[in-house]
Amino acid sequence: MNPFSAPYLHRPVSIQRSMNLVLLALLPGILAYLLLIGPALVVQIFIASVSALLFEGVLLYWRGKPVKERLHDHSALVTAWLIALTFPPLSPWWLTVIGVFFAIVIAKQLYGGLGQNPFNPAMIAFAVCIIAFPALMSQWPAQGLTLSFSRQVEIIFGFAPHLDALTSATPLDAIKTALKTDVLHDNVQELLMSQNLYGTFAGRGWEWVTTAYLCGGIFLLIMGVISWHVPLAFIVSMSALALVCWLVDPTRFADPLFHLFSGGAILGAFFIATDPVSGCATPRGKLIFGAGAGLLAYLIRVFGSFPDGIAFAVLLMNLTAPLLDLYCQPRVFGALPSMPVKRADEEKEDAP
Amino acid sequence: MLKRLRQFFRFPGGIHLAHRKEASSEKAITQLPLPEKLILPLRQSAGATPVPIVKAGDKVKKGQRIAAAEGWISASLHAPTSGTVRDVGDYPVAHPSGLAAPSIVIEADGEDAWGERQPFLEQTATEYARQVFNPERVQHYLQDMGVVGMGGAVFPSHVKLVKAPGIPLETLIVNGAECEPFVTCDDRLMRERADEIISGLIFLTELLGVREALIAIENNKPEAAVAMQNALAARLESVVHHIRVVIIPAIYPAGSLKQLVYMLTGKRAPIGVLPTQLGVQCFNVATIHAIWRAVAHGEPLIRRIVTVTGDVERPGNLEVPLGASIADILRYAGMRGSADGCLVGGPMMGFLLPHGDAPIGKGIHCLIARSPQLFPPEAPESPCIRCTSCAEACPQGLLPYELYWWSRAGDFAKTQRYHIHECIECGCCAYVCPASIPLPQYFRFAKDQLRAAAKNQEMADQARERFEFRQFRIEREKAERAEKLAQAARAQSAKRAVEQAGASSAPPTSEAEAIIAAAVERTRMAHEAETIDPKPEPGNPA
Amino acid sequence: MEILPAVLVMALGALILGAAIGYVATRFKVEGDPMVEKINALLPQTQCGQCGYPGCKPYAEAIAKDDAAINLCPPGGDEGARRLADLLGREYTPLSAECQKESKAGVALIDEANCIGCTLCIQACPVDAILGAAKQMHTVIAPFCTGCELCLPPCPVDCIEMKAIPQTPENWEWPRPARKVPVSLIKTPVDIPC
Repeated sequence: MNPFSAPYLHRPVSIQRSMNLVLLALLPGILAYLLLIGPALVVQIFIASVSALLFEGVLLYWRGKPVKERLHDHSALVTAWLIALTFPPLSPWWLTVIGVFFAIVIAKQLYGGLGQNPFNPAMIAFAVCIIAFPALMSQWPAQGLTLSFSRQVEIIFGFAPHLDALTSATPLDAIKTALKTDVLHDNVQELLMSQNLYGTFAGRGWEWVTTAYLCGGIFLLIMGVISWHVPLAFIVSMSALALVCWLVDPTRFADPLFHLFSGGAILGAFFIATDPVSGCATPRGKLIFGAGAGLLAYLIRVFGSFPDGIAFAVLLMNLTAPLLDLYCQPRVFGALPSMPVKRADEEKEDAP
Repeated sequence: MLKRLRQFFRFPGGIHLAHRKEASSEKAITQLPLPEKLILPLRQSAGATPVPIVKAGDKVKKGQRIAAAEGWISASLHAPTSGTVRDVGDYPVAHPSGLAAPSIVIEADGEDAWGERQPFLEQTATEYARQVFNPERVQHYLQDMGVVGMGGAVFPSHVKLVKAPGIPLETLIVNGAECEPFVTCDDRLMRERADEIISGLIFLTELLGVREALIAIENNKPEAAVAMQNALAARLESVVHHIRVVIIPAIYPAGSLKQLVYMLTGKRAPIGVLPTQLGVQCFNVATIHAIWRAVAHGEPLIRRIVTVTGDVERPGNLEVPLGASIADILRYAGMRGSADGCLVGGPMMGFLLPHGDAPIGKGIHCLIARSPQLFPPEAPESPCIRCTSCAEACPQGLLPYELYWWSRAGDFAKTQRYHIHECIECGCCAYVCPASIPLPQYFRFAKDQLRAAAKNQEMADQARERFEFRQFRIEREKAERAEKLAQAARAQSAKRAVEQAGASSAPPTSEAEAIIAAAVERTRMAHEAETIDPKPEPGNPA
Repeated sequence: MEILPAVLVMALGALILGAAIGYVATRFKVEGDPMVEKINALLPQTQCGQCGYPGCKPYAEAIAKDDAAINLCPPGGDEGARRLADLLGREYTPLSAECQKESKAGVALIDEANCIGCTLCIQACPVDAILGAAKQMHTVIAPFCTGCELCLPPCPVDCIEMKAIPQTPENWEWPRPARKVPVSLIKTPVDIPC
């Protein structure tokens, strides 16, 4: 007989509940995105979700895990939605499927499934695709482009001609181009306005999508699904660096508010960098993780060659997470401040 | 109502639990009818197991000592009623393993007749008590009375009366927190027997000479707090000794020693430091009650109050003699058919009784008839996603997800690095875990493995020392033997020389003769020992 | 001539480094072989001789000299072989075939009624855990017994047997949690493979 240990009381929580809350928190952002882009997004989310569940189910089956039980944790859905939201909305269906494949099969299941992946699966998908298909991954629909649903579906499923004509540079791209060439304006805002890319306080239209993500993120904070450490550190560090650059040269660098509300910054701060599995777990570790991701994201999106830096910033910080956690262990209750905090790796393992 | 008298120090982590005490908190303490048979496991306290001093067939009186304490950290055991000792042998005990342990079985004669009682002090004559006040006498008296901590840890109380050398004892804390859900026995005890608790507390404050005494009661037991406050108000000494009732917020595990001490005094016991070394000592209310019954009435610890609740018809608080059968108690309380097991202790730190029956011991404060309605079956375990809910809930500031990881992997050295021995097994981590991982069981498993490994290492070290000493001894004996042989040879040649020198000279000196005779005798003995007949005649073993 | 400074520099360097190496070699000289102690610390100290060496230390010495394999110690088991492999950086090999028989921890018990007091077991015991004198009955000091079984063969009357150490609530260990199914008193628990 196998004794079954106390406690016998449990809070009615589950991983599925956490994941559902994350999905719920993404809804306002999805809605805003939908208004901006059109129903193509729903098609992308559908493609990503179906393929994610399919890949996850097959891999779980092959690995001899309880398929139904594990599919119910909805973690694959979160990954799928994040992929759909970070990929260009009019990218071909197979690009999304390839992204999901790399996320679920390579980055997640082959490393041991939920809880075992060292890297954020959705960001792996983004990184793989942007390296393998840089052109497709940069095709963001032009501002104010309105296409009918059937046309969008045609584009996604490849029945339509190439859509170069329909795409344009994102605000971040525009700034980067300006930084490298020497087009002089009084400031970046003017530059963007000249291209009709500037809205009320950031990228036109996109600023509201990001605001909706922010609302979702705050909802997650209130529900206790994520802790404040990573988003705060991310936002503070990114704004601080942006502020410094902006103050130094406002003709070339955008203001912090613009940076926060452009690209995937808010989505990254609240939904991607907060992934518990691949991120840090100790409070101080989370702060460093968030700050590092924010800094790297800014550097990559401003000085690097990719349209946005969130994916690479998060992946790079994922690399450091185990080390950060090792060095950031909190003090055990009762340990005096004068007592040196002994790290778990110190001293060669003595007796048993 | 009572005011909050002081500021609290909020310990890290902890959880808010549904109290679920209402089923039994309004039920007065009642007596369990005297059972016909009592089984008393010898081991009822931490430390050494006492040694039985009765044998089957002996008649015993109520309160008579039946097992004597062995060493200092050990407490005696007494007969809870008068009757006959039926057996001294192994019987199942209330333990998660369900194993049997040495016990004394007493068949009650129904008379419940007390033996001779010698109260340490006359009930009213505190003055007299002062004259004989001698901490060591009190310690030995309580050891003889078998008083142990009744909050669950069953640490012998007399040991806790020893002050740490050089550290003045400032604060005495009375633990009436009772932070586990369902449990109400301390609540009822404080409501109904506040006077005796206060008397015991005054006795202890005088004995230990503490600066202040704090009675900590969680804010979900206002009636108990009022009763204690009223009992305090009736005693002048409470002012002299700065005894106060302190209402603490109900955060589980507020009743845990380190957390309670921090909450009330702001003193954090560092790793490996006992609260006495911080000038704080802590007793459970039931223990103080037992101490008072012993010193004032000469009653050893032979009964205790047990909350019986859960899926029973008549939940309540029963005063039961030690050794009463848990199954009998549940039957008496009317366990329903829907109940499928019995939790011994609270639902957070207790255990599921592995078989139908076991006797009540000194540390069992609660029995909960378990049913699927009360304790819905938990979701199956899923993988840990390092959400850190557990670390946020841990009152000891540990990282349970790391401990889980290494325990699961079998790397117990790593669990030590993450301070597994600081884990108090309160269950907060598993309570909040969204993946339904039985974390405390992993920690218990790892701790037991570490304990076994330490024991093996100790055995191995001892064996190595003994082996090396034996090698050394064999060498030494060989050297000694060689030396003796050389001596004998020298004596032989000396004798020969003497004989050759003068054939008609005087007989050999008696000294030389004695040496040779001894040597011959020794070799003969040795030879005999080696060539002893290996098959002795039947009926004549050696 | 250009080569001269280079030669001089190299020679000087060689001289200084040589002196440093020589100094370090004498200054930090390690007495004895620390490896033997380290290996010995990992051996179970049963002193049973099943490895073919007369005790754990001799076996440790043989391992240190690379004369013996690391998988010859049945009481240490697979776990012991693994730890030796870790220490020595050798490849782990499972217990050798002749060591495979399950060694059960136990203590020797002398049936005192049959003991003839021959002292043979006392001489066989590697840790002096048997007490007695010639023609007096012997007894095993249980806490010192390593369960090596070396006293069994020499006994002329076969009065020694190995007794398993009984499991009690004190030495019972919590098992590693199985895949969870709450236990109930009525149903037998089932482990769900996962």
